[in-house]
Amino acid sequence: MSIAARRIGDVILKLDNISLAFGGVKALTDISFDVREHEVRAIIGPNGAGKSSMLNVINGVYRPQHGTINFRGKERRDMDTHEAAENGIARTFQNIALFRGMSVLDNVMTGRNLRMKASFIEQAIWVGRARREELENRRRVEEVIDFLEIQHIRKTPVGRLPYGLQKRVELARALAAEPSMLLLDEPMAGMNVEEKQDMCRFVLDVNEQYGTTIVLIEHDMGVVMDISDRVVVLDYGKKIADGTPAEIRANQAVIDAYLGVAH
Amino acid sequence: MIYREAGQFKSSYAADAAIFPIRQDRIGMAIVLVIAFVGAPLLATPYMLTGILIPFLILALAALGLNILTGYAGQLSLGTAAFMAVGAFASYNLMLRVPGMPVLVAFVGGGVVAALVGVVFGLPSLRIRGFYLAVATLAAQFFIIWFLTKVGWVSNYSSSGVITAQQVVIFGYAFTTPEAKYLLVLSIVAVLALAAKNMARGNIGRSWMAVRDMDVAAEVIGIRLMRAKLLAFAVSSFYCGVAGALFAYAYLGTVEPEAFSLDLSFRVLFMVIIGGMGTVVGAFLGSAFVTLLPVVLSVSVRLLDRSLGLGIAESTISNLELMVFGGLIIFFLIVEPHGLARLWQIGKEKLRLWPFPH
Amino acid sequence: MSFFFEVLIGGLLSGVMYSLVALGFVLIYKASGVFNFAQGAMVFFAALTYVGLLERGLVWWVAIPATLVAMTLLALATERVVLRPLVNQPQITLFMATIGLTFFIEGLAQMMWGANVRGLELGLQDEPIAWVTDTTGMNVSKFDLAAAAVAAFLVTVLALFFSRTRIGRALRAVADDHQAALAVGIPLQQIWAIVWCVAGAVALVAGLLWGARNGVQFALTFVALKALPVLILGGFDSVPGAIVGGLIIGATEKLAEVYFGPFVGGGIEGWFPYVLALAFLLIRPEGLFGEKIIRRI
Repeated sequence: MSIAARRIGDVILKLDNISLAFGGVKALTDISFDVREHEVRAIIGPNGAGKSSMLNVINGVYRPQHGTINFRGKERRDMDTHEAAENGIARTFQNIALFRGMSVLDNVMTGRNLRMKASFIEQAIWVGRARREELENRRRVEEVIDFLEIQHIRKTPVGRLPYGLQKRVELARALAAEPSMLLLDEPMAGMNVEEKQDMCRFVLDVNEQYGTTIVLIEHDMGVVMDISDRVVVLDYGKKIADGTPAEIRANQAVIDAYLGVAH
Repeated sequence: MIYREAGQFKSSYAADAAIFPIRQDRIGMAIVLVIAFVGAPLLATPYMLTGILIPFLILALAALGLNILTGYAGQLSLGTAAFMAVGAFASYNLMLRVPGMPVLVAFVGGGVVAALVGVVFGLPSLRIRGFYLAVATLAAQFFIIWFLTKVGWVSNYSSSGVITAQQVVIFGYAFTTPEAKYLLVLSIVAVLALAAKNMARGNIGRSWMAVRDMDVAAEVIGIRLMRAKLLAFAVSSFYCGVAGALFAYAYLGTVEPEAFSLDLSFRVLFMVIIGGMGTVVGAFLGSAFVTLLPVVLSVSVRLLDRSLGLGIAESTISNLELMVFGGLIIFFLIVEPHGLARLWQIGKEKLRLWPFPH
Repeated sequence: MSFFFEVLIGGLLSGVMYSLVALGFVLIYKASGVFNFAQGAMVFFAALTYVGLLERGLVWWVAIPATLVAMTLLALATERVVLRPLVNQPQITLFMATIGLTFFIEGLAQMMWGANVRGLELGLQDEPIAWVTDTTGMNVSKFDLAAAAVAAFLVTVLALFFSRTRIGRALRAVADDHQAALAVGIPLQQIWAIVWCVAGAVALVAGLLWGARNGVQFALTFVALKALPVLILGGFDSVPGAIVGGLIIGATEKLAEVYFGPFVGGGIEGWFPYVLALAFLLIRPEGLFGEKIIRRI
C-alpha cells in the first residue's frame, strides 16, 4: 500500500510549549509536538479543543504568548504570516476564506501572488515581464485546476458555488502556491461520502506526487485513521495523546474524551 | 444572432486573458473610439464639448481613481475632491516655478504629488476600516482644502487661493479651442483607463480585491496588506490628481480650493456607486449618468413647465435634482448594487440569446 | 485663566449640542447596525418643518406634535422603502443608501418649505447668566446650559430604555444580526420603525436647539458631519459615549481655535475634530466606549 511506502523525512516543524490565550480564555496550554517532512499529520479532538487555533499559530495568524516555533531549523517566538507564506506554508480555513467578489480562476491565481514579481507599473502597461508572468502563472494554475477537476467552473464567481466545490477551490488556491506544507482545516466538513472520497484522493495525490507535508484537522475518524501517518489529540487546549493511528485508537484518554465506545 | 461567441475559440491563454475576448466587443469598442476621437470633434457643438463631454471625461477619470480605491481595494474614501485639488495646485506650481516645464510632465507631477499626499492620508487604513476610514478621508478633505486656502505660497499669494491655469502648449501647439482641449482630455483619459484595466486584471488588481474581500486570507497567501492598501491610495490619488489638473487646465481655467469641496467628493462617489463598483466601464457609465442627469432633468422639467404652464421655479429644479439623485442611489443599491455596469452585462447576455427568449 | 475656563465651558456646552445629533446616530446604529448618514438631514428636516409650520400660522404647541408626526411619517417611509429591501446587505451598502437618503431628504425639505434662512425662537436667549458673570467673571450662556440639561435628560432616558426594557433587548439583538433576530421571531420591521421614529424625535430636539442657535439653514446638515468625530471618540454604539465624545470634541475644538488658530490664520474648527478623531482611531480603533470587535478566523 503506497501510504506505508511513503518516504517520511526529518522533523521540519517543531512546536514547544505553545500557550495561547484570548483574555481569560485559554485556547492552548503548553502544547508540544512535531511534524516530519512528507508525512500526513492529523490533529483531532472535540469542538473547541483548540485545533484551529493550533493551525493559526503555525502560520502566524495568532501569536502565542509562550513557547517557540521551530520551522526549518529557525527558531522563533511566533510566525509572521508573510514569512510563513514565503516559506511554503499554505492553508485552507474551516469557514471557507475565498474571495467572494472574484471568479474561481482569479481566486486560484491569487495563490500565485508571491511568484509574480512585476511591478504595478509594468502590469499597467502589460508588456514584457508582467505579461509573461501572467501567462506563465496562468498555465500553472490551469494545471492545478485540471488536477482538482474544476475546469467547468473556472469563470464562475465563487459566491455562486455549492459548499463542496468552494472547499475544492480553496484547496486549489492553496495548492497553486506549490507549498511544501499544507495546513487543512476540516477540508471534508459538510461533504457526502462521494465528495469525501474525492477529497481524500486529492489530498493523498498531493502528498504522494509532490511530497507536500500535510497537517490536517478532521472529524471523520475513518478518514483520519486511513490516511494519516501520525495523530495528535487535543482536548480543552491540552495535548492528551500523540502517536500512530493504531496507538490513538487504543488510547484510553482519547476514548474517554472523544472517540467513545461502540455500542 | 449578431452577438454570438459561436466559432470563436481561444487557443492560447493570451487570447483568453484579453480585455475584449469576444470579436463583437472589439468591433464595438473600435466604433466607440472612432466616434470619440473623430466623430465628436467634428459633429459636436462647442457647448457640448466644453460643457458636457469634457467634464464627463474628467470626472470619469476621477471616478476611475475612486473606483480603484473603493471598488477594487475596498477602502471607502470621501476625500476624492481634495486629492483632485492637490493635483491641480501642484501642476500649477510646477508650471509656475520650474522654467520650461512641459505641460504633460506637470500633469504627471501633479498626479505624483497627489499620490504622495494620498499615501500619507492612507496610512490610517492600516489600522482602521469601513466607516472609520471614511472619517479619516473626511479629515483629508477638510484639512487639505483649508491648507490650500490658507497657505498663500500654494496659490502664489492670490486672494482666497484662486489660481488661473496657464495655457496648455505641447510641442509648440497651443490647446485653446474646445476641440483641442477635448482631444487632449480624451487621449489622457483613454490611456489611463487602459492602464487601469490592465492593473485590474493583473496581479495587483487581484491583490486589491483579495484585500477587499477578506484581508486575513489575503495575508495568509502572502499579500502584503500595507503595500497593497498604500499602493491603492497612491494610484487612486494619482488618477484623481491628474483629473484635478485637467479640471483646472482644460475645463474651468480658473479654480479655487472651494471648487473641490465635499460636494464634489460625493458626486464622484455617486458615479462609482451608480456606475458599478469595481469596474472600469462603471466609472464611465456613472460619470455619464451623473453629468447628464441634471441636464436631462432641467430640460424635461422646463419642457413640462412650458407646455403645462406650471411656473416651476429654478430652485425647485435643483431640489428635484437632489431628490432624484438620492432616490436613484437607493434604487440602484436595492435593485442592482453592482450598478449600471452589471445591467450592461446582463443586457449583453440577453443580446447573446436574441432573438430567442432563452 | 478665567478666559480659559470660559472657552472651555463654552466648548463643553457646544459639545453637548453635537452629542444630541450623535445620539440619533447611536440609536439607529445600536438598534439596526445601520450607520445613518442622513441623521443631519433629518435634523434639518425637523427644524425646517417646524418653522415652516409656524410660518403657516400654527402655534408652537401644535407645531411641535405636528412636526413629530412628520418625522414619524418620514421614519416609517424610510423603513418601508429603504431598509426593508436591504435587509442583511453588508453594512457598507446600507451606509451608502443613507447617503442617498440624505440628499433626498434635503431636496424634499427645501422643496416643501423653501430654502431661505430662518430664525427659530425658543424663548431662551443666548445671553450670559447674570449671576455667573457676577461671581466668576465668566460668560456662560443661558441657552447652552438649557441645551445641556435637555441632552442629559434624553441620554438618561435612552440609556435606561436600552438596558432595562424588553424592547431594548430586542433592539440590541437586531443590531447584531438581522436574520438571526428574524429567526427568533423579533418583528424586525416594527422594531426598525420604532427606532427610526425615536431617532426622528431626537432629531427634532436637536433641530430645535441647533436652529435656535444658528438659524435654520442648509448648513445645518453639515452639523451631522461634525457628529462623526464624536462617534469615533465615543464609539458608535454607546449612548454615554456620545455624550463624552461630544464634550471632548466641543471643548478641544474651541480651545484649538482660540489658542492655535491665530498662528495659522484661523478656521481650524473645520478640520481639527476630524484629525483628532483620526489620531484617536490609530490608538483605539473602537472608541472610548465601543465594543472591541474580535474576528474569528
